[in-house]
Amino acid sequence: MPNRKTPELVCPAGTPAALRAAVDAGADSIYCGFQDETNARNFPGLNFTPEELAAGIGYAHARGARVLVAINTFSRAGAAGTWHGAVDTAAALGADAVILADIGLLDYAATRHPELRRHLSVQAAAANADAIRFYSEAFGVKRVVLPRVLTVSEIAAINREISCETEVFVFGGLCVMAEGRCSLSSYATGKSPNMNGVCSPASHVHYREEGGELVSRLGEFTMDRVPKHHPAPYPTLCKGCFTAGAYRGHVFEDPVSLDAATLIPQLLAAGVSAFKIEGRQRSRSYIRDVVTSFRRAVDAHASGLPIPAGTLQRLSEGQTTTAGAYRKTWR
Amino acid sequence: MSDAPAFPAVPVMLRLFLTPLPLPLLGLVLQRLAESVARRRPQLFARLGAHGGKAFLIDPTDVPFVFRLSPRSDGPTIEPLRRRDQGAWDARIAGPLGALLAMVHGEVDGDALFFSRDIVIEGDTEAVLALRNALDDAELDLLAEAAAVLGPAGDRMESLARRLTPLASRLTGLALTRRDGS
Repeated sequence: MPNRKTPELVCPAGTPAALRAAVDAGADSIYCGFQDETNARNFPGLNFTPEELAAGIGYAHARGARVLVAINTFSRAGAAGTWHGAVDTAAALGADAVILADIGLLDYAATRHPELRRHLSVQAAAANADAIRFYSEAFGVKRVVLPRVLTVSEIAAINREISCETEVFVFGGLCVMAEGRCSLSSYATGKSPNMNGVCSPASHVHYREEGGELVSRLGEFTMDRVPKHHPAPYPTLCKGCFTAGAYRGHVFEDPVSLDAATLIPQLLAAGVSAFKIEGRQRSRSYIRDVVTSFRRAVDAHASGLPIPAGTLQRLSEGQTTTAGAYRKTWR
Repeated sequence: MSDAPAFPAVPVMLRLFLTPLPLPLLGLVLQRLAESVARRRPQLFARLGAHGGKAFLIDPTDVPFVFRLSPRSDGPTIEPLRRRDQGAWDARIAGPLGALLAMVHGEVDGDALFFSRDIVIEGDTEAVLALRNALDDAELDLLAEAAAVLGPAGDRMESLARRLTPLASRLTGLALTRRDGS
């Protein structure tokens, strides 16, 4: 039986219950954040108090899993203490790594907590070997989460030129913008994932039934209208349905989710070390189902068995999945 | 296009049984349940934060009444109401009872239910998210919570009910208890 290289399966958790579900379903690592603007999923009712994180780390470590703490927003001028405090707390609680994007915060973590492993967040949008080498050499970054805009061959080319690990998204919400630099949410709502930890915040989202259609709005902007029985969209600007000249449709991006399960062999051949599942904002039911499915897929590939067919479309935005940029057919 | 609804409506016989239920009596039972949950699970209410002061209309579209819930940490209230008397609310969550119970018991994902149009949300989206996340983290089992209201006698009731729920769930199509081990 083949015994191929097994990648690390990095899974999301927005709550302590979701963390336990991820561990129990076979996650190698779980990433999560604090209940504030220091992480890019600063949603209502979500995330961890320091006490909850301590308990979560204890639960994960007792079962051989690791906990990575996302502190991946950019600190506000005059308020860096909040971000520094988050790094200090993660280190004190025994987190296995912090996931950072802000250069100042990377420097703080490297200087104050050199023993704490540093990963580069996708929010840093490091999309070429030169940028990655800089983060690796300047701040001792051990792993880079690659942006979701690269093809498999581009990922392979990057891995040939760098010495640190790479992690890629394999399932979940698909952002094809230059992450950390996208201002669409700021334009519509004044809040962004980069500074506030929220893209298209729920506080600005409204749904209404109008004339048999479900109308979704973000702030003052109508994002989409869908007839009965069609999948409901979440009104992010990049996935809105707009009229441009004679064209009416999803101008930037379709409301679909990433599913790269079938690309596991190619991504491993490209030198990827870790597979990341998106969805800290999702329920423990989603976590359980998606982690179980990818655990099976990764283990099947490691044993030389065919990867089981995907069954996760029902969990996806738009009820549709795509291989995203990994199989890019557009420019 | 979505397939046929994943959550069939509650059986007609059950709906006929529920229709004449005296709402004040049902309200008393539910209020005791809400107060017991607040005592047993303060972290659920802490997770709601300021959204706990809002009024949520829980609308199981296939039963003859709705519930107005105010999950305040210092005194939650829940009132069953006829649909025509629902009054004011900040956020409304509507869908088949089966979908709502499955979400509370962690059987299904709330976002997926929304994407598939099995549930509808209106009003304060942020409050709905907070409630969904707080409930999901609480890992509620409504049968266990109901038994807790009865005190020591609840253990025997729960034990008996757990033997009957698999059959009742099969007959009604409802997730009457939490089945995941997460």
